[in-house]
Amino acid sequence: MSALDLARWQFGITTVYHFIFVPITIGSGFLVAGLQTAWYRTNKDKYLRATKFFGKLFLINFAIGVVTGIVQEFQFGMNWSSYSRFVGDIFGAPLAMEGLLAFFLESTFLGMWIFGWDRLSKKLHLASIWMAAIGTLLSAYFILAANAFMQHPVGYVLNGTRGRAELTSIMKVLTNSTALAAFFHTIPSAFLTAGALFAGVGAWMIFHKKDAEVAKPALKIGLITVLISFVIVAVSGDTTARLMTTQQPMKMAAAEAVYNTKTNVPFSLLTVGTLNGSKSVFQIGLPSVLSFMATGNVNGTVEGVNNLEKSYEQKYGPGNYTPNIPFAYWSFRLMIGFGALAALISLLALWFIRKGQFPRKRWFVRSMIVLPFLPILANSFGWIFTESARQPWVVFGLFKTSAGVSPGVSAASVLFTMVVFTLLYGVLAVIEFGLMLRTIKVGPEKTIDRDDNSKTLTMAY
Amino acid sequence: MSLNSFWFVIIAVLWIGYFVLEGFDFGVGILLPVVAKNQAERRAVLTTLGPLWDGNEVWLLVAGGATFAAFPEWYATLFSGFYLPLFLILLSLIVRGVAFEYRSKYGSEKWRSRWDLAITISSLLPALLWGVAFANIVRGVPLTKTAAGYIQYSGGFWNLLNPYALLGGLTTLSLFVSHGAFFLALKTDGEIRVRANKLGQQVGLVTALLAVLFLGWTMLGLTSKGGVIAGSTVVVVAWLTALAANMKGREGYAFLFSAIATAAVVVTLFTGLYPNVMPNLTAGGPGLNIFNASSTHYTLGVMTWVALIMTPIVLLYQGWSYWIFRKRINPNQISTPEVGVLDTVH
Repeated sequence: MSALDLARWQFGITTVYHFIFVPITIGSGFLVAGLQTAWYRTNKDKYLRATKFFGKLFLINFAIGVVTGIVQEFQFGMNWSSYSRFVGDIFGAPLAMEGLLAFFLESTFLGMWIFGWDRLSKKLHLASIWMAAIGTLLSAYFILAANAFMQHPVGYVLNGTRGRAELTSIMKVLTNSTALAAFFHTIPSAFLTAGALFAGVGAWMIFHKKDAEVAKPALKIGLITVLISFVIVAVSGDTTARLMTTQQPMKMAAAEAVYNTKTNVPFSLLTVGTLNGSKSVFQIGLPSVLSFMATGNVNGTVEGVNNLEKSYEQKYGPGNYTPNIPFAYWSFRLMIGFGALAALISLLALWFIRKGQFPRKRWFVRSMIVLPFLPILANSFGWIFTESARQPWVVFGLFKTSAGVSPGVSAASVLFTMVVFTLLYGVLAVIEFGLMLRTIKVGPEKTIDRDDNSKTLTMAY
Repeated sequence: MSLNSFWFVIIAVLWIGYFVLEGFDFGVGILLPVVAKNQAERRAVLTTLGPLWDGNEVWLLVAGGATFAAFPEWYATLFSGFYLPLFLILLSLIVRGVAFEYRSKYGSEKWRSRWDLAITISSLLPALLWGVAFANIVRGVPLTKTAAGYIQYSGGFWNLLNPYALLGGLTTLSLFVSHGAFFLALKTDGEIRVRANKLGQQVGLVTALLAVLFLGWTMLGLTSKGGVIAGSTVVVVAWLTALAANMKGREGYAFLFSAIATAAVVVTLFTGLYPNVMPNLTAGGPGLNIFNASSTHYTLGVMTWVALIMTPIVLLYQGWSYWIFRKRINPNQISTPEVGVLDTVH
């Protein structure tokens, strides 16, 4: 494999891995802040115990999300130095803003929250978890704005002499329609992920007769969070699809494996056979739904891969402008499928637990244990889809991925670092998963010492 | 002052923040096995860093991001050129972060001693490698101009381990260890405080020697020596003041002056570098400076507003968090030090 292929694999591995933890952190940060607010308002012990218990799960995740995030910022320069040169004038700004506005906020206030139980007033301590949570939102916004430039470049001009894109309007970059749509798609997905985790943990605890006082609200809050988030994810997903149709029509065509431009296009649920367009394939489809998704009109025209390939060759010169179609087709479906399945399970579960009942059945608790994994898969496939179906471009229409790799870095170097990262990430995944499970098994503390005059520290490493 | 020079100063300020803050927490991590003799002491030592280390590390992320935004050519050449050292630093920072968070989860001696070893190694490597990296930048590295007109590092890995750079690495390592000892002497009580004070004195003398050699060698390599001589003088005076204060048990002053000396080291190196950002080892060869490496005037302008508004706010709340956690930590404040939170099921 070439340095290019290896660098792409490395980016894929490290980014997908990083993004397992990010949504859990963002979503559960807010849910924990909500629990602590409930404690602050009602002074009920169960909310404090829930805050501390889910706070532990939140922090185990946060640690690994933070450290794997550092790799992301370094990686652009290390493996993708030509890309960094090309976009630095634009892309660097939201990255630096992310650090200055978001990272300082999350890290400082989270430190205060973890270690400040006996050092801050109740009110300030509550404020610190909210500040940290807001920090994660800001961070998400800036990095999505940077990514949106790669999907739909705005606010720039090309400088031929310096061979780079240059910023002309920071406001355009920060208010990119793609960034806004992605924000309202990614953040509710994060809430959905955390909601599923809360529900899964709550259900497991109830099934094993552990601390119902904490488990019951966790289950209910989790399920409701999943359902509300799913509605927002679906609506913003619809907006995203429409933007994609106008901004990156090839990605939409690839997502649906539509080879020839058509009207009244069905949304295909399932395809048997190859997706390379040469053979006729068996498909189950929802009539006209794709046309509606893509254009907002059941009679809308969806451009096909073949037509787009031809027009791109005319526009950008000879080359292959078609992404890996089966990959795009299936990752798109798996994203929607896993997300929808999580919502469906949550809806049914909410029905089963109405009036405070809890079905003590194995199938029930098993599906609740599966639940937290579904949105994680949906998140991963979503990003895999959105990044891979943009290929061969790294910045759509401006700069190809193949041109972005570091010219001075050998394939051996990239391979070496990739292997070590993968091994380390594997070990960390096992450790983190073990700690999560153990924390759940240990359960919430029964009593919480609230003696402020205590000589011992409430929290120590 | 042009925006380009202004951004050179901002990048220097970010590295000052990073070296002064994460410098001491690297030092504390390295000293962990020698300064703490039992579980209570080890946990007390780590707890001094607890609320602070993550915020300290953000200075690096912002320095990286700001370099990307203000000097993309510098960011691209430096990060792709210093590939393996940066990779080792990344590995260290990954392991260190999770080690702090996870090591006391269980009481198991095996579990804890492994994470403790990880903390020491992952603190030691970056403390050494940042010095190696900066010394190389100041000294100049082999650079070539590619067909595409990019200036690219062409020296390989072993070239970075030249004697001058290794001396630079040992200097930052020793500096951070003493800086960490002064921090511990200020932030702990009991025997740790006594040991930290003593270690600070011993390692501090080694640091003084290394720093004089390193800064002297730096001076020899430069044509305009004025700035570096002034900077080095501040380093030496501040460092001797720190040592004197430490000897008299004035821990606050010792830490303050070692912070000043650390900051002065960064200032001296950046002064020696200016107006270059990555000079060529061979005089007259292609190199990067604050003009040919920079972003457009517009981008620098935008980022100037962001930096001018945000930096004071960040300093304010980060300073406030240091104030909240100003109290000394005594090992006897750690209840049941041998027990981990995940040891017993409730």
